[in-house]
Amino acid sequence: MESLYLLLPLSVLLVLALIGVFGWAVNAGQFDDLEREGWRVLEEGSNTAGPTRTPFDPDQT
Amino acid sequence: MTQSMPALAAPVYSDRVVRNFVLASVLWGVVGMLVGVVIAAQLTWPELNFGISWFSYGRLRPLHTNAVIFAFGGCALFASSYYVVQRTCQVSLFAEKLAMFTFWGWQAVIVAAAISLPMGYTQGKEYAELEWPIDILITIVWVAYAVVFFGTIGIRKVRHIYVANWFFGAYILAIALLHIVNSAAIPAGFMKSYSAYAGVQDAMVQWWYGHNAVGFLLTAGFLGMMYYFIPKQAERPVYSYRLSIVHFWALIFTYMWAGPHHLHYTALPDWAQSVGMVFSLVLLAPSWGGMINGVMTLSGAWHKLRDDPILKFLIVALSFYGMATFEGPMMSVKTVNALSHYTDWTIGHVHAGALGWVGLITMGSLYYMVPRMFGQTKMYSVRAIELHFWVSTVGIVLYIAAMWIAGVMQGLMWRAVNPDGTLVYSFVESVKATFPFYVVRLVGGLLYLGGMLIMSWNVVKTALNGRVVSAPIPLPVMA
Repeated sequence: MESLYLLLPLSVLLVLALIGVFGWAVNAGQFDDLEREGWRVLEEGSNTAGPTRTPFDPDQT
Repeated sequence: MTQSMPALAAPVYSDRVVRNFVLASVLWGVVGMLVGVVIAAQLTWPELNFGISWFSYGRLRPLHTNAVIFAFGGCALFASSYYVVQRTCQVSLFAEKLAMFTFWGWQAVIVAAAISLPMGYTQGKEYAELEWPIDILITIVWVAYAVVFFGTIGIRKVRHIYVANWFFGAYILAIALLHIVNSAAIPAGFMKSYSAYAGVQDAMVQWWYGHNAVGFLLTAGFLGMMYYFIPKQAERPVYSYRLSIVHFWALIFTYMWAGPHHLHYTALPDWAQSVGMVFSLVLLAPSWGGMINGVMTLSGAWHKLRDDPILKFLIVALSFYGMATFEGPMMSVKTVNALSHYTDWTIGHVHAGALGWVGLITMGSLYYMVPRMFGQTKMYSVRAIELHFWVSTVGIVLYIAAMWIAGVMQGLMWRAVNPDGTLVYSFVESVKATFPFYVVRLVGGLLYLGGMLIMSWNVVKTALNGRVVSAPIPLPVMA
């Protein structure tokens, strides 16, 4: 079953990479305020300032 | 006109490429489903092959699967991912010209498939039939797609990356990985190649690809649509945004391992089959979590389901998603698989997912985007959307019910043995018994195609009555 020697390490590496991305997401504050994010998509398209919108500052990530 | 012009033209979203993909998706949907109806008729009445090689079932069947998955579904995924990533990041597409290249490149792939498959060029790998020159073109287009999508994420004006983008991103990366590993082949001339793997290794790589193509293209990609278009159409936030994050991570951590369930009772080692089965069963949890999350988004606003045919498409799509993701884990159980494998039950299961989930969520999303692509507030005919919904739903029910009955019947007939150990039925007797169900399946397919034709009429009328517009990007609000 040589193909498993390819697929298993590939899948394990992938899981490790995913853990890395997940770690980045947590540390970058992606999941800090989940209640707000669900509402935000409904507000886009209008120029009115929602109480929930904050400008994005790339330096903070 | 004394109206003063703004000093700068207001920035707009890159909607031209979205519009192209939306229209292409509708066109290829009609073509792919028409080929499906043709091969359903050929299975019922084999005379319809007419003895023409390029019109025979064996050549048209991969054309059907490639057309509906990669042309209809693929174009819809390009359209919706480009639409959603711009709106949720509040920027126009990164490298707009490259995005237009993905459109024309992808159309070239589709046309190349539509020519080469009937001519009989195939790698013989299910859902990866296309020969190596086309595979290389797919790779180039897909890398460009990834650059555009992740580039747009990179220049976003909203700090949070909306959950739909996580699903789209996972689908783009996973398809790149799957395509490169599974399509690895040694060319042996133009349009001829040999797989880099052999025997059961090749089968394992193929179904690692095949199942994850289902998992990431047909599931994760369309869940991206679900998490954007259901809240937008219902005008309510996702039932639990927290659950949507859990749904995403649980799904992508477990999906990669389920492929071996396609190879139960084969030369694949027993333990690998069992791993595939266990992970398939585990998948039930995130799948149903996501389905409940989507449906419950309507919590407190159920009346909208009565009046809004687009929401009917989106929510009924989720109920088929729930059905298919319950049925799938059950069929991956080895003892169930012993009955279901190689029967038409599998075909029924695939179409519960393809017609019910992928088809309906796509149609709902397209109905949302089409008016906005042509400066309209709604489709030309809302009643036609309602008609399309009912015609399609009846078609799906006829299709999958016929295949369930046919499949279980075939499985039972094949395994029936006399007391002396001989088979009760010959194979051809099971084929004969399946005939009426093939007729019902054909009727279901015709209804589904009819719905798609209603949709294309509605889209053309909406486009002709509207004008080509690109939506303005909302100005960032300073705190």
